[in-house]
Amino acid sequence: MRAKTVEAMEAMDTTRKVAFRLDRPAVSGTVHVRTALVGLALAAVTFLVFCGTVAFGSGGYTVPLTQVVPALWGGGDTASLFVVRELRLPRASVALAAGAAFGAAGAVFQSVTRNPLASPDMLGITQGAGAAVAAGMVLGTGAGLGTQDLGLAGALTAGVLVYALAWNRGTTGYRIVLVGVGVSWMGLSLTYHLLSRAELHQAQKVLGWLVGNLNDRGWEHARPTALALAALLPTLLLLGRLRRTLMLGDEVAAGLGTPVQRTRLALLLCGTALAAFATAAAGPVLFVALASPQIAQRLTRAAAPPVAAAALTGASLVLVSDLVAQRAFGSLMLPVGVVTGVLGAPFLLWQLARANRAGSGG
Amino acid sequence: MTLSTAPPPAVAAGTGRTARRTLVLSVAAVVLVLLCLASLAVGSRSIPLDTVVRALWDPAHPAVDAETEAIVRGTRATRTLVAVLTGAALGLAGAVMQGLTRNPLADPGLLGVSAGAAFGTVVAAGLLGLTGLLGSIWFAFGGALAAAVAVYLLGSRGRGGASPVKLALAGVAVTALLDSLTSGIALTDPEALDRYRYWSAGSLTGHDGATLARVAPFLAAGALLALSAAPALDSIALGDDVATSLGRRLGAVRTRAALAVTLLTGASVAVTGPIVFVGLVVPHLLRSLVGPGHRWLLPGSMLVAPGVLLAADILGRVVARPQEIDVSLVAAFLGGPFFIALVRRRRMAGL
Repeated sequence: MRAKTVEAMEAMDTTRKVAFRLDRPAVSGTVHVRTALVGLALAAVTFLVFCGTVAFGSGGYTVPLTQVVPALWGGGDTASLFVVRELRLPRASVALAAGAAFGAAGAVFQSVTRNPLASPDMLGITQGAGAAVAAGMVLGTGAGLGTQDLGLAGALTAGVLVYALAWNRGTTGYRIVLVGVGVSWMGLSLTYHLLSRAELHQAQKVLGWLVGNLNDRGWEHARPTALALAALLPTLLLLGRLRRTLMLGDEVAAGLGTPVQRTRLALLLCGTALAAFATAAAGPVLFVALASPQIAQRLTRAAAPPVAAAALTGASLVLVSDLVAQRAFGSLMLPVGVVTGVLGAPFLLWQLARANRAGSGG
Repeated sequence: MTLSTAPPPAVAAGTGRTARRTLVLSVAAVVLVLLCLASLAVGSRSIPLDTVVRALWDPAHPAVDAETEAIVRGTRATRTLVAVLTGAALGLAGAVMQGLTRNPLADPGLLGVSAGAAFGTVVAAGLLGLTGLLGSIWFAFGGALAAAVAVYLLGSRGRGGASPVKLALAGVAVTALLDSLTSGIALTDPEALDRYRYWSAGSLTGHDGATLARVAPFLAAGALLALSAAPALDSIALGDDVATSLGRRLGAVRTRAALAVTLLTGASVAVTGPIVFVGLVVPHLLRSLVGPGHRWLLPGSMLVAPGVLLAADILGRVVARPQEIDVSLVAAFLGGPFFIALVRRRRMAGL
């Protein structure tokens, strides 16, 4: 790669952009130095956390750190290889994929609605999955479909329902939010009703799923989410420019030539699908989709919640939370959702404090 | 009405309006009585209305056997009373919240107050081992107040103050947070889970008269506070600046109204569990009938909301007979579409 213009080491001045042009393939563009650096750092952190989860995950056996990376690729001694590849890698992969999907989905929803509190957790998608899974576990409906399929179906149905009900000669961000809130309350009531009708052991199972749980997750949970990520993340990155114009408001975006309704539909489809796959795999791990885009946006100082950085932040968040859930409370294996829920409280307080300091500013 | 009070637009229209409002409230009261009777009659065992009336006034009458008397004067009477009291509390709380926040989408459930009360109750029962209502109700109040304040602060941050969208989102966010913490506590203790799930489904059944007697003083205090705030809420409807220039002390009014909402929601949630949308729908229905003045709206909500809750409860008993559907589910599936229609109908200007 031959960078044509490089602002030398002043590039460390983080507001700088670097323009580049490649001869073959013929690609050119600009790279925000800070975004790139933060992205690399986040990727490194995610990788380290991933290795840490694999090394210190559930069960007494601690894989020596020198053995972790070789074991990931199929080398190293047999004990480490077994623990890493058979026991911990599947779970860590689910955490990685689901976290990334939640983070990216959150960034999409926050851009589309232009609201830092919007996330699939709040807009009915999670609650749709919850109601479908609860119905499956309690009533035995959808027999033959696994929990994962039910969760996926419920989440997608709720997402489509929200979009359709918010459509009134086009959609707007605020209508999507409010209709989503309405749908999520209906889903929640249905879930509570099913819980009260269930046998106690069923209720425990449902509630265990509802808080977001990575226990007993395997490759069959990681694979669909990973495939969805592989297909949808690049799509979202390609839509990035249009997504950022939506942040300026519908009128301005339309004035800039953005097809507002089609862009919003495409973004919401991608975001809903990512959230649905992640929820189906890991259950509703709350606050990851809410907090990751905000954290990533602070780190990169971007104007809109950045998708890629949010995905990496989300992955790290879920991996760390799951490690804490597995190890911090001794024999009591908490569901990961309880940990992210507890982390969510200071996050909301932080949002409050920030608003107070910023006065009336956004 | 004193001169310092802002005249609600409708008051000036004269006695025709007053007659109409009186009529609306009288009809509401009659409907409420009829629904109470229906609530005593309908259920897994239907009892004819004349037998119901006889069992109420003259239990010694030969047509009333012991079982009928036990059902009508016992379980169903308590259930109906629970519906009337909590319904009135929720409707009143919703009307006060809508007036206070000038937000057409305010509701104790939607804005996280119920989830706060639920969290407080579960903390009291699960972590501190307080199973009695009297012990846990203070935690319900504390949770309700904390959640209400958190949602309001979260929702009013940023440009444009507390817009409906931001408040609704803040409400769901806080509810989601409290729900996950509540589930965490419930999951560690199967017994707590068992109690929690029946209660969180939002049901009017399984309570006794003693429970009602205990929460009644709190409900009464909340209702008095709320009703006495009506003229001030009318001023606030004209905007904070106008209300101040009319001599209202905004801080004092807000504190009083928030206290009223906390008492009403906390006490009713402690009994029935969270019930959403009743407090949202009723003030809207009434506003189109009696106008936006709170001196009519607040008492009206206290009359109409119990009727709505009773109707939802009766519907829940009838549709899946012999099984029953919890009132909160019926309320959510009647109120949810109403909420969505409200959102679709117009731009969300403040009240």
